[in-house]
Amino acid sequence: MPDSPAAPVPRDPLADLIACPRCDAVQREVEPAPGQRAVCLRCDHVLIAPRKSAGKQIIAVCLAVLILAVTATSLPFLRISRAGLAHASSILDAALAFSSSPLFAALSLLLAALIVFIPALRAVLSIYVLLPLVRDRAPFPGAIQAFRLSEALRPWSMAEVFAIGCAVALIKVTDLARVEFGAAFWIFALLVILVPVQDGLTCRHSVWKSLDREVRR
Amino acid sequence: MSSARDMGLCACTRCGRVWPRTQSRCARCGRRLQSRHPMALQNVWAWWVLGLMFYLPANLYPMLITRTLSSEAENTIVGGALELARHGSYGIALVILLASVGIPVAKFVTIAALAFGVRHGSRMAPARRQQLHEVVEYIGRWSMIDVFVVAILSSLVQLGAVVAVRPGPASFYFALSVICTMFSAMAFDSRLIWDAEDEMPRTAPSLKDPVT
Repeated sequence: MPDSPAAPVPRDPLADLIACPRCDAVQREVEPAPGQRAVCLRCDHVLIAPRKSAGKQIIAVCLAVLILAVTATSLPFLRISRAGLAHASSILDAALAFSSSPLFAALSLLLAALIVFIPALRAVLSIYVLLPLVRDRAPFPGAIQAFRLSEALRPWSMAEVFAIGCAVALIKVTDLARVEFGAAFWIFALLVILVPVQDGLTCRHSVWKSLDREVRR
Repeated sequence: MSSARDMGLCACTRCGRVWPRTQSRCARCGRRLQSRHPMALQNVWAWWVLGLMFYLPANLYPMLITRTLSSEAENTIVGGALELARHGSYGIALVILLASVGIPVAKFVTIAALAFGVRHGSRMAPARRQQLHEVVEYIGRWSMIDVFVVAILSSLVQLGAVVAVRPGPASFYFALSVICTMFSAMAFDSRLIWDAEDEMPRTAPSLKDPVT
């Protein structure tokens, strides 16, 4: 066959479609410009929301979250004093407050996970998934599983709920004794701001697509 | 607007990729593909009932046990909030009441209404019901505030004989109740809202509507 054009690679026609995970409406996938959002035609659910150089920003935020989480757990969080007696408590102490009886021990571990370990783990997983992608390399082995786990843990990361809990607890305590803020308190306040930033920057669809492309290559 | 089910396709709810019905696993993200989970509503109700069962002892048992030099006081959720209001911190009492009573009760009602609506039809527009589901999913975690308050107080307020705070059994049940209702909201498949709408048109189709 003299100079016939190369046969086009057969392409899955379904790959151009996207289904809304909320209402199941199938629509043609149109990649919006960075900073813009593609919403479902039927239910207005945000389908794609890419951002310019989001990958690098997310990695930076995740590193910050990780450092803050480690330091916040090891330093004293709050300290109270009354009538010459004082007691300081770290975030881990708060999470492990229930460990006195065996019934509460499981709850203690769960609280520790919700407050610190899950946000930190999600930061590690995001870095693991995105690091090769922003450098245009093939993803690390298991990147798909890592991103899957990170997405599944999203509702269980409760650092910001804990922060509001702190505010309420402080007001209750001020009646009983004098309260001093430890370094970890301010570190944790920063952490609470950064975790939603990390989620807001991540466009799941864009990550899945780039993981897909890299795996196929 | 046709759904993947109507087109004889199956959509991945995690990454949005569309596959033929024969495919059993999403080749992009590895999620098991299921056009509709046959037991979806049963799962919702199972978690719902479990959550409600834990919610009752959570309100009856003491949440916080405060021991001072002279006395020992046990506070339930509502009792603690009323105590705060008596001391003048109305704002905080409101936050506690909202997070521990208002949100959980609203959540139970909303999830039940959504599940009923799928089975028996609803007068509310599907888009509105889906928004409700999203709100329930988002707001569920905020009920954990009271458990965290108890955790902070009982780790911090340990001043020997002067004053000490212990968690009561209600905190345990309350945490379990929040977790069960979170699972219940997650088990609810919002695609069912739109399916029911497609099957049971409330108004007769007019000539102006394009037939799809």
